[in-house]
Amino acid sequence: MDPVAAKYIGAGLAAIGTGAAGIGVGNLFGQFLNGALRNPSAVEGQFARLIFGFAVTEALGIFALLIALLLLFVV
Amino acid sequence: MAASAINPIEQFSISPLVSIQIAGRDFSFTNSSLYMVLAVAIVCVLMMIGANGGAGIPGRLQSLAEMVYEFVAGMVRSAAGEQGMAFFPMVFCLFMFILICNLVGLVPHAFSVTSHIIVTVSLALLVFCTVIVVGVAKHGLHFFKLFVPSGVPWYILPLVVAIEIISFLTRPLSHSVRLFANMLAGHIVLNVFGGFVVMLLAAGAAVKILAVLPFAMTIGLEALELLVALLQAYVFAMLTCMYINDALHPGH
Repeated sequence: MDPVAAKYIGAGLAAIGTGAAGIGVGNLFGQFLNGALRNPSAVEGQFARLIFGFAVTEALGIFALLIALLLLFVV
Repeated sequence: MAASAINPIEQFSISPLVSIQIAGRDFSFTNSSLYMVLAVAIVCVLMMIGANGGAGIPGRLQSLAEMVYEFVAGMVRSAAGEQGMAFFPMVFCLFMFILICNLVGLVPHAFSVTSHIIVTVSLALLVFCTVIVVGVAKHGLHFFKLFVPSGVPWYILPLVVAIEIISFLTRPLSHSVRLFANMLAGHIVLNVFGGFVVMLLAAGAAVKILAVLPFAMTIGLEALELLVALLQAYVFAMLTCMYINDALHPGH
């Protein structure tokens, strides 16, 4: 296979990972809202934990994006 | 300008400002070093002026210094307990350094120190080594109970211990790559959208008006990056607290 073509295919495949992280982040906020609407008084105490979970989950999507960007611009 | 728009990696290049060679090794003072010194200077000035007055009615800078202090202190206390406050200076320094480096890197044309893995991996290894040294010094061999969770049936215990050891050893990797990758990817995306503006402006009169769209996107992304810069500094400090908690209280 042409190496340049393989590079772009690889970048496209790596970008799938960002979608998977999207599922994770959506799940996170969905579950949080689910819990928050049942018990609104607990929202304040759990907000830091929500943001922390968001950052950790979103980082995995960023890793996939990083691989895609490295393939596009560095390799 | 057009060349830099096409190559979004160029912004991360390190160039020596003052070339220093010691015993055949390169110890040059680079643009990366310059921005690190700048970040440390900003933190020092901010905290020294902020903490100097001690006025009954705090001014803006003093309020800022006190708020940051309270924020980090609350984080250390909640994650590592009252014993963890011994490590407050370390966590505070890490938090402030990363925060200011991230924020300085957001200024257009500025250099982002934390988008280099060598910087973040050094910080992460510092935390990792601190955890091991403190854990072994405080608890001796008892520290290694960290890898043996209680209440696990004996037949899956070897597997669990192996997983715990691997997850412990990969901590510096995930700790550093999280910060580095977030900053790197954010800056590349910003640069790519900035490149779209340049390309559309160069394309011709008919499509010039379309350059507004990527420009608006760049502004939105800049706001997102501001959030990410704050968040990643918080996450790095928070994880440091959690790891220190493991060193202080091993055994689940």
